[in-house]
Amino acid sequence: MAGLTKKGIGGFLARQGILVAFAVFIIGFTIANPRFIDPDNVMGVLRSSAILGVMALGVTFVVISGNLDLSVGSMMSFSTIVVLDLHDKIGPALAIPAMFAMTLALGAFIGFLVGYLKLNSLIVTLGMLSAIHGLTLTYSGGKNMDIDDKEGTWFSVFGQGDALGIPIPILLFALVAVLLGAMLSKTPFGRKVYAVGGNGTAATFSGIRRARTVFMCYLISAFCVAMAGLIQASRSLGSQNTVGQGLELEVLAAVILGGASLLGGSGTIFKTVIGVLILGFIQNGLLLVGLQFYVQFVVTWIIIILAVWLDIAAKRGKLWSPIA
Amino acid sequence: MQAGTLSKYLKSGAIWGFIVLELIFFSIAGEFLAVSDKAFMDADNMLLLFKQSAPIGIIAMGMTIIMVNGNIDLSVGAIYAICAIVLLDSMTWPMFAGLGDWVIPVAWALALLTGILLGALNGLIVWKTGVDAFIVTLGSMLGYRGLVFMYNGEQPTSHLNWTLVDFAEAQFMGLHTATWFLLAVTVAIWFLMNRTVHGRNAYAIGNNREAAVNAGIRIGPHMMINFMIIGFLAALSAVVFYSESGSVNPNDGQLYELWVITAVVLGGTKLTGGAGSIISTFGGVVAIQLLRKGLAHIGADTSTVNLVIGLILIVVLFLDRQLNVKGKEELKI
Amino acid sequence: MTAQTPVLRLEGIVKTFPGVRALDGVSLIILPGEVHALMGENGAGKSTLMKVLGGIHQPDEGQIIVDETPVIMSGPLDAKAKGIVFIHQELSLADELSVAENIYLGELPQKHFGLVDWSELEAKTNAILEKLKVSFDAKTRVGDLSIANQQMVEIARALTVDAKAVIFDEPTASLTDAEKVVLFEVISDLQKQGVGIAYISHRMEEIFKITDRISVLRDGQYQGTVNTADTNEEGVTQMMIGRKLDLSRNESHHELGDVALEVRGLSCGNLYKDVSFEVRRGEVVGFYGLVGAGRTEIAETLFGLRNPSSGTILMDGEEVRIASPYDAIERGISLVPEDRKGQGLVLGMNCRDNMTLPQVDDLKSGPFVADGAEIAIFDQYRDKLDIRTPGWKQLVGNLSGGNQQKIVIGKWLSMRPNVLIVDEPTRGIDVGSKAEIHNLLRDLAAQGFAVIVISSEMPEVLHVADRIVAMYSGQIMRTFTSEEVTEENLIAAISGLDTEEVA
Repeated sequence: MAGLTKKGIGGFLARQGILVAFAVFIIGFTIANPRFIDPDNVMGVLRSSAILGVMALGVTFVVISGNLDLSVGSMMSFSTIVVLDLHDKIGPALAIPAMFAMTLALGAFIGFLVGYLKLNSLIVTLGMLSAIHGLTLTYSGGKNMDIDDKEGTWFSVFGQGDALGIPIPILLFALVAVLLGAMLSKTPFGRKVYAVGGNGTAATFSGIRRARTVFMCYLISAFCVAMAGLIQASRSLGSQNTVGQGLELEVLAAVILGGASLLGGSGTIFKTVIGVLILGFIQNGLLLVGLQFYVQFVVTWIIIILAVWLDIAAKRGKLWSPIA
Repeated sequence: MQAGTLSKYLKSGAIWGFIVLELIFFSIAGEFLAVSDKAFMDADNMLLLFKQSAPIGIIAMGMTIIMVNGNIDLSVGAIYAICAIVLLDSMTWPMFAGLGDWVIPVAWALALLTGILLGALNGLIVWKTGVDAFIVTLGSMLGYRGLVFMYNGEQPTSHLNWTLVDFAEAQFMGLHTATWFLLAVTVAIWFLMNRTVHGRNAYAIGNNREAAVNAGIRIGPHMMINFMIIGFLAALSAVVFYSESGSVNPNDGQLYELWVITAVVLGGTKLTGGAGSIISTFGGVVAIQLLRKGLAHIGADTSTVNLVIGLILIVVLFLDRQLNVKGKEELKI
Repeated sequence: MTAQTPVLRLEGIVKTFPGVRALDGVSLIILPGEVHALMGENGAGKSTLMKVLGGIHQPDEGQIIVDETPVIMSGPLDAKAKGIVFIHQELSLADELSVAENIYLGELPQKHFGLVDWSELEAKTNAILEKLKVSFDAKTRVGDLSIANQQMVEIARALTVDAKAVIFDEPTASLTDAEKVVLFEVISDLQKQGVGIAYISHRMEEIFKITDRISVLRDGQYQGTVNTADTNEEGVTQMMIGRKLDLSRNESHHELGDVALEVRGLSCGNLYKDVSFEVRRGEVVGFYGLVGAGRTEIAETLFGLRNPSSGTILMDGEEVRIASPYDAIERGISLVPEDRKGQGLVLGMNCRDNMTLPQVDDLKSGPFVADGAEIAIFDQYRDKLDIRTPGWKQLVGNLSGGNQQKIVIGKWLSMRPNVLIVDEPTRGIDVGSKAEIHNLLRDLAAQGFAVIVISSEMPEVLHVADRIVAMYSGQIMRTFTSEEVTEENLIAAISGLDTEEVA
């Protein structure tokens, strides 16, 4: 590392600071409660991170393209409720595609508003958060959704099954991560997503159909949400209609932790996966140390602020903002 | 400039026209679909409207300043909940046991102070780190809510003090206490925005931040003061509401930020900052509350209301964009 | 000229940035009551000098002396407090606020408790507005005023203090002739009050009309000061570029193919009206004119970024409708835009990806982008255009201006367009790269491309174009061949003057 100036080390730390902090956390948690690195515990964390993780993959596309999606939490509630409900009405084989179609329709609507009508994505998805929540409540009649015959259905395989010793949710997460990762980093579409997020004007000047690219990102996000809903529904075979509430912030935290810039144009699927894992292990560690569940909220808050702050600080070269 | 002038008149008058439309719609629809026997535009009902507008309305005044300034605050719902807890719970603290009913102003003061401090924290982070307000308050929306849950888990926090409840339920000169607070806040903030240096600077900063900086206006302290104001108002809103209700659930206030922002944007304040009026925000608040009441009047439930509010926000955004289109000569980026 | 004590003196100002000596010992004297022009090519250092004077940059060496007292400027406010006021090209006004609030932005008169003293504000504002003889009052919303009036508000801001020196930066760029007259009257009034005026502009006609002295900067160095009455355009130009204006015409013409692009009666609102021209394969057509003449807007229309309000576009004889840049590219039109950082490049992406962006859909093997093909394209144009970069993975944001421009050019050349439009191809680029790009443009014509070059630099357009279209205020005034064009008739055409010789 010869030639690293003071600035260089500072910059390095800022970029890798999250990994460093994470390493510190792991050591700290393990000392506090050795169960932390117990294989069963690790597997448990991975399994429960899968749902959040799949959603984070889709949101990564949206964020790289320069937008936000705060509706993923309530959209996931919607997906879960719908598939559970349809499972008993038209059977799982039809319920799953139907649910995907409905979720994608929601995603298409949002994609249309943000991509083609060019409305502000923060406010639109905030509004959709409420609208979809209302939709879910109306659909479920305010009640919880349960499958009648929990033992006899193959539907549970997605959330509870195993293949080659690895829980299916983890496999699904990995599969979607590989597919979306390849799409983002190796296909022309992925290139366009980076361009639109990096400099939307230049992307248009280069002949990229910006509206269409943004629209597709929201479709991808909706697909991932549907997948997450599937896993969740399959795992518990019953659900409250608020199951996804608040997930949008955790997903965002994971994406930001992974180093994606909220301004758009940077981030990768791999880094988001790391962010998801870091978040999952931190939350698990906090629980094992005996802290209350809701402490996670506070910790996630601090993580979001710190991660974005350090990212901005690294870009402008100064830790503190120049605002007078 | 034909399109520009027309849209200007449309926009400033629009919210009042919308309210009139709502009144007409729900009165008529109410005849056919109403759950109760009373007419929609009953005098008592309308008075109640203003009282019910108070929680959202008080906060919306603060949000107007924040948005005119070019910022946004998504944590108001969480601040509302925390302050409610401080209000109700502090009245049971042993150290105040000897005060009798004098604990009420103390509890109020503590709740308001909490709001100011939480707002100050938001403002400080925005100022010193340079992180955008929406991320900062998105985070504190979560963090402050976490504090709410950490306090008492998922149990409600309650305390009934009958003196307080009587005061809160009272009507002075025909208007409820809550309505008086709403009117007082509206007047005060109107004054702030239109007659003081701080208020005029808010418009300047939101309109052309660089020009404001070059003119020597100190942006950092200004923004922090605005966040403290909205924190205070979120606390005040909680004080007004929970003085009467006496019990707060940890989930209370959720999505308040959505309602408040919808009311403010509906009233014509621009998302990008620099333009907005307190009077129009008042109109937006009334319009939203009227919508809620109207929907309830014709038998719609909470879920439908949520659905409608979410969609209204989107429609308003769309209309705002349409009325701001510069016309044929714009670059199609 | 009355008293000889300068209101403002700059002595030996040196300012360096990493790798560039922007100001190299610049000295300047502004006398009270004079209008002093500051001229120089793009990149000569005028704006850096102004930033130093306004306290935005601190000089590495040298002194600023106001009224014979050395001062240190800590910022625009400080400069204003010391009597030095700037009227910038980009107006910095809050258009939702009233005129009075803008003039006294940051210094609103107060009563107690932070309340604005409206009566005092109005009184003080009206006093200033009277001095300027404007038609609007203190309460008007700034956003409702015309650009010229907004500029007046900006000037009024300058008069809230007893200004010693007022510096105008390209003030007439957006003004009509009538509005210019009013501006010059205001300047004249200021002069009479003993204020020293610095006037930064490229417009020779105005300089020779209203200024008393002219100072010239070239490449960050002070070239000298002359009395306006003692010199002429050629003399000043010589000081600016250090040689007699190289007005060598483009001598060679290539064999012309058929008409690749024809435009008939194209209009777009107030931006440009009734524009007609054609471009053949093998020729370079230059578009010359002042800012606001409408050239870039025409290019944007051809590239699908604007909808024309009337007229037709024909490509290879067929009428076409171009609805978006995607459309334009499909039809073989490429545009190298004016703003390379804002419109031409994604600064966070690497060189290769930027270059292959418009055609990334076609460079596939299976569903994935073909790395090899992409790199091949990058290598080809890196060699052809001599782009200096450590490798294709380098982020484009790290390259120099000239190399960035070459990436953009390479990007569009690799599309093998039917019509190539370049807008200000060498703006802000070093002399060496400039020449390379000029030769490249001639070469392209030789290879049979149809090329349109939009430029604000006369030597450039004279060098590269076979024909020159002179525009003024949205209309084509005249089209010249390279044989018949002279500096005089070209400048006359773009200034809106009627010339004797009709094309």
